[in-house]
Amino acid sequence: MLKILKYSFYDLSRSLWSYVYFFFYLLLGVVLLFLNNDLSNAVITLMNVIIILVPLIGTIFGVMYFYNSREFTELLLAQPVRRSSIFLGQYLGVAISLSASLILGLGLPFIIYGLFQSGAIWDFASLLISGVFLTFIFTAIAFNIALSYENKIKGFGLAILVWLFLAVVYDGLFLLSLVYFQDYPLDKFSLVASMLNPIDLSRILILLKLDISALLGYTGAVFKQFFGTGLGAFTSIAVLILWVIIPVWRIKYISAKKDF
Amino acid sequence: MVSITNLHKKFGSLVVLNGLNLQTPENGIIAVLGPNGSGKTTLIKSILGMVIPQKGEIEVNGERVKKHWNYRKNIDYLPQIANFPGNLRVLELIDMIKDLRGKEARDEELIDLFKLEPFLDKKLSNLSGGSKQKVNLVLCFMFDSPLIILDEPTSGLDPVSLIRLRKLIQQEKAKGKTILITSHIMSFVEEISDRIVFLLEGQIYFNGTVEELKTSTGEKDFEHAIANILTENHA
Repeated sequence: MLKILKYSFYDLSRSLWSYVYFFFYLLLGVVLLFLNNDLSNAVITLMNVIIILVPLIGTIFGVMYFYNSREFTELLLAQPVRRSSIFLGQYLGVAISLSASLILGLGLPFIIYGLFQSGAIWDFASLLISGVFLTFIFTAIAFNIALSYENKIKGFGLAILVWLFLAVVYDGLFLLSLVYFQDYPLDKFSLVASMLNPIDLSRILILLKLDISALLGYTGAVFKQFFGTGLGAFTSIAVLILWVIIPVWRIKYISAKKDF
Repeated sequence: MVSITNLHKKFGSLVVLNGLNLQTPENGIIAVLGPNGSGKTTLIKSILGMVIPQKGEIEVNGERVKKHWNYRKNIDYLPQIANFPGNLRVLELIDMIKDLRGKEARDEELIDLFKLEPFLDKKLSNLSGGSKQKVNLVLCFMFDSPLIILDEPTSGLDPVSLIRLRKLIQQEKAKGKTILITSHIMSFVEEISDRIVFLLEGQIYFNGTVEELKTSTGEKDFEHAIANILTENHA
């Protein structure tokens, strides 16, 4: 698998898109620091961007890479290489290189600005960790979709829909149900509902880390009570890890059955 | 070498292989023939593990194919359509496959044989169909594996390269290898193959030498003998 990973990296390092993402994050970091003139504020603004954009980029890049490397995949399938190594190697190649673009692109301007001397370092770290998790989760989802659909248009469409659902529609439905059922106790429901969506979960984790959960109002108190504890932190990290493991396992499962 | 028992493969509702049985001899050139869509490529891809059959057993050199991958190091495969990652250069691709196999390779000799030196630094997306096929041939023949599978090896080749390919195949046969070939060029098949395996409706309709095929169909000419099978079964 390491050899496949190596060649996926090699392939991606020559792709213009990897650099576009890197420079995009770099520019974002520089501009936000310049505009906010303050590390903590920049981290909050950055959170809003990362929570929505990182999943989108992971989804699009994952689907695009998978469809574009079809020839490479077919070539590898006839070689003495395990099938799961081919697909997991390619997946890790994409996910790691996207994470590297994120970490380096955002990290460099913040370090130059004096991140290590400031108290915002852990807030920033939690931002990057959430970003890396979201990259791994959404790239895996993208690979799942691309493996299931031969038709590129269908695959792209579905991938975008999944992103749209988790990033926007889910919150809308969540909010509607809160309004609709407001006469009932909803703290357990809202806890579970936000745990089930990796985007919401990452957002809450970062907000709590930033200690601005007062912004969350009443539910914020409930969330703080739960996520602030050791059990809460453990559960949410475990859920994020599950969000990576389940789609990755499914990549292995579908690819073992697919005809090429 | 290759032993296939009761192989079934369906794509959706389309039955491609329907209880196919085949034993190949230890060495020699076996041509797999059949009309379009008769399952030649599916059969080859099943041997390689690229297509997963619904039922049946395939063994290569006594090793089961299902859920295994290591047996592929004893197979050299030439795909029908030379689809390569377009952003790689020819030499990079050759080095990559050598690295993946981790085996002794005679790439330089083959590059010389097919006169590919001027193309080594070109990107694969910029090569003509014939040149791509030559790269394909180099990748396939550079490892010394006991089983060689060639899916339409002649496509896109000029006459000079075709002669070189024929010679190359004969040389490999002389080393005692098993070579499976599919081709639509009947003169090519007649000239080089020791045995003919004819696929029809997902099963083996005929398995024997060229001479046996001619006598069983009552035709003097190989091309007509093949045409005879087809018209009889579609009449």
